[in-house]
Amino acid sequence: MAVEQTTPTIDDADTEPRKTGRRARPARREQLDPHQSRRAALLIAPTIALLLIVIGYPVARAVWMSFQQDQSLDPATQMFVPGGFAGLDNYKHWLLQQCGDATCAPGTTAAGFWEVVWITVFFAVVSVAIELVLGFWFAIIMNGKFRGRGLLRAAVLVPWAIPTAVTAKLWYFIFAYDGIANHLLGTHIVWFSDKWAARAAIIVSDVWKTTPFMALLILAGLQLISSEIYEAAKVDGASAWQRFTSITLPLVKPALMVALLFRTLDVLRMYDLPAIMTGGGAGDGNDTSTLSILVVQEVRSNFNSAAALSTLTFLFVFLVAFMFIRFLGANVVDDGGRKR
Amino acid sequence: MQLKHKVGVVALALMAAPLAACGSSDSASAGGNSAFQDHLKDRGPITYVQGKDNSGVVQPLLDKWNAAHPDEKVTLKEQTDEADQQHDDLVRNLDAKNADYDVMSVDVVWTAEFAAKGYLQPLEGDLAIDTNGMLQPTIDSGTYNDKLYAAPMSSDGGLLYYRSDLVKSPPKTWSEMMDDCSIAKQHHMDCYAGQFQKYEGLTVNASEAINGAGGSIVGDDGKTPTVDSPEAAKGLDQLVQAYSDGNVPKAAITYTEEEGRIAFEQGKLLFLRNWPYCYSLASTEDSSKVKGKFDVAPLPGADGVGASSLGGHNLAISAYSDNKATAIDFIKYMESEEAQKFALEKGSLAPVISSLYQDPALTKKYGYLPTLLTSIQNAVPRPITPFYPAVTKAIQDNAYSAMKGEISSQEAVKNMSDAIKSASSGS
Repeated sequence: MAVEQTTPTIDDADTEPRKTGRRARPARREQLDPHQSRRAALLIAPTIALLLIVIGYPVARAVWMSFQQDQSLDPATQMFVPGGFAGLDNYKHWLLQQCGDATCAPGTTAAGFWEVVWITVFFAVVSVAIELVLGFWFAIIMNGKFRGRGLLRAAVLVPWAIPTAVTAKLWYFIFAYDGIANHLLGTHIVWFSDKWAARAAIIVSDVWKTTPFMALLILAGLQLISSEIYEAAKVDGASAWQRFTSITLPLVKPALMVALLFRTLDVLRMYDLPAIMTGGGAGDGNDTSTLSILVVQEVRSNFNSAAALSTLTFLFVFLVAFMFIRFLGANVVDDGGRKR
Repeated sequence: MQLKHKVGVVALALMAAPLAACGSSDSASAGGNSAFQDHLKDRGPITYVQGKDNSGVVQPLLDKWNAAHPDEKVTLKEQTDEADQQHDDLVRNLDAKNADYDVMSVDVVWTAEFAAKGYLQPLEGDLAIDTNGMLQPTIDSGTYNDKLYAAPMSSDGGLLYYRSDLVKSPPKTWSEMMDDCSIAKQHHMDCYAGQFQKYEGLTVNASEAINGAGGSIVGDDGKTPTVDSPEAAKGLDQLVQAYSDGNVPKAAITYTEEEGRIAFEQGKLLFLRNWPYCYSLASTEDSSKVKGKFDVAPLPGADGVGASSLGGHNLAISAYSDNKATAIDFIKYMESEEAQKFALEKGSLAPVISSLYQDPALTKKYGYLPTLLTSIQNAVPRPITPFYPAVTKAIQDNAYSAMKGEISSQEAVKNMSDAIKSASSGS
């Protein structure tokens, strides 16, 4: 009974194409005759072609570019000439911080690479953890029955509806030296100068903006849990804590996983909040830079090494997503499948 | 189950894909552009591209031109008002050889990059312009490899805004200014601020500190770093010292032009380094508490007038324009004394024609003009290098670290030098 409930939950929250792939295909495959399957292939061909053009080509092109040298100046004319094949040089430039034959000096984009990777991971872990806890709490509140519930649910969505750039400016003013944050706290912190204060400010803004998204995804999961289960548990004498850990958590897990995955991928590519609030600065000058900020900085001067950096970022995000599915979300998929 | 995993993973790969797509713009074409020979004598309608025209200077000028040249009408294409976005928009369109971008407004620091990429038509032969009477630093800013690629349109130089009600005569040197900081203390104000947030403004301010103390960033070739010198370290160290001993307020590390201007207008600052645009705002804005209580002076240097960084925009013709003869005529029109005067009066754009700075009618109305002329005449352009984005990052990052006390000024100039060297070798 309990597990039966999970299936609709995942699918409702999960809007990505894998849903149709996973659920509908095995059933349909048994019924299709060769003629029908050819027609099916024909029908999805335009979509596949579109995906290849819009997604496949840019990715392939970026990877190809990442193996090309950047343009260099022709000493005679002082004009740029295209570079040739670079092999793994662009990757070494980032991973091993090689600038020509020397180690990259502070002030080059490559010098900050590993620091930036850790900062990006730090933002992802801390923001998502806070958003998860707050989001869960909001969802439980919104799932209760009380007057003005509709209003609350709508109100919670407001931060999510505000464009990120506007959010960033908003919090930029709040955390300004003469801003309201210092005023309310009675402090004189230069928020965007100190390393940890700046990171905290960015995390606060990110949490403010995206907790509603988390809360609503979790709320969708909560709403699919039948109240009968709770009643039965109550009759059996389960405490509130037991009900939460044995009923709510396992049943909401699929929705939770999807929310976590989406948010983690989102934060790993975070650009606008730090770009607008600190320009990636604070601390020693790069202490709030994320991978995406670094890509944008590099693309201004060198397309090909920027392509290598974005390929690295892509692989990294891909790896994280893969691990989520393989190790954390895998159970979700398996359970649903086995029961069917 | 295996298959299901794969489907899921592929779907995720698709979601993450746009990330990798960021870098997929085409690299620039080879140098010595063959398009330089095309359409040199052709005439017809053209497009003029520049950043958002907030003060409404351009359209009236275009209207006047269009009335006189019905067959060679100029259409304005406005970009955003963010410099980085303007730069990227130009690169994208020029890289794609877009013939719709005929004449472009090019920031002084982009000229070398665009010229080296073969985007800009050299202004020689039929397209040559008369630069007599123009300020030399503005001509230099449009020149790359001894060729003029962009015609000076507007200039800009830093000014020292000071409270004339509190300071009798403006400080002439940096140390005089630091001495005057005791006056600020008496009045419970902060002493000095410039633009110290980590962005282009910090490059401008750090370069001024370095150049003003007799140092330099790069040599005459625009590439070889010369910044690893005792003079440069000393110049940067003045700024670092002022920040650490509180003469520059702690919050100033987050200042861009606007934060500094607002602090000055609220009476919180004794001295402010800023561009001329603040002059009319600080004297007219309702919120300004310093109306009639401030004046401007040239930036203070080690022993006399300091070395301002040069701002401003130049006009360039795209190598891919179909109507280059019209384009150059239009540029000459935009540089005429009349157009420059209009841009000054309507949009506070600093002219590039030196005689306008001595025009009695104008100096009466714009009191800062003679000071600005001194500033521009003593200005040192920021490095004219095709690798400017990397060079400015090298300066910003290390100047910022030094001001925050993370590294010493000596280390900072050494790092700048190394980072500029590796940028200029193209790796």
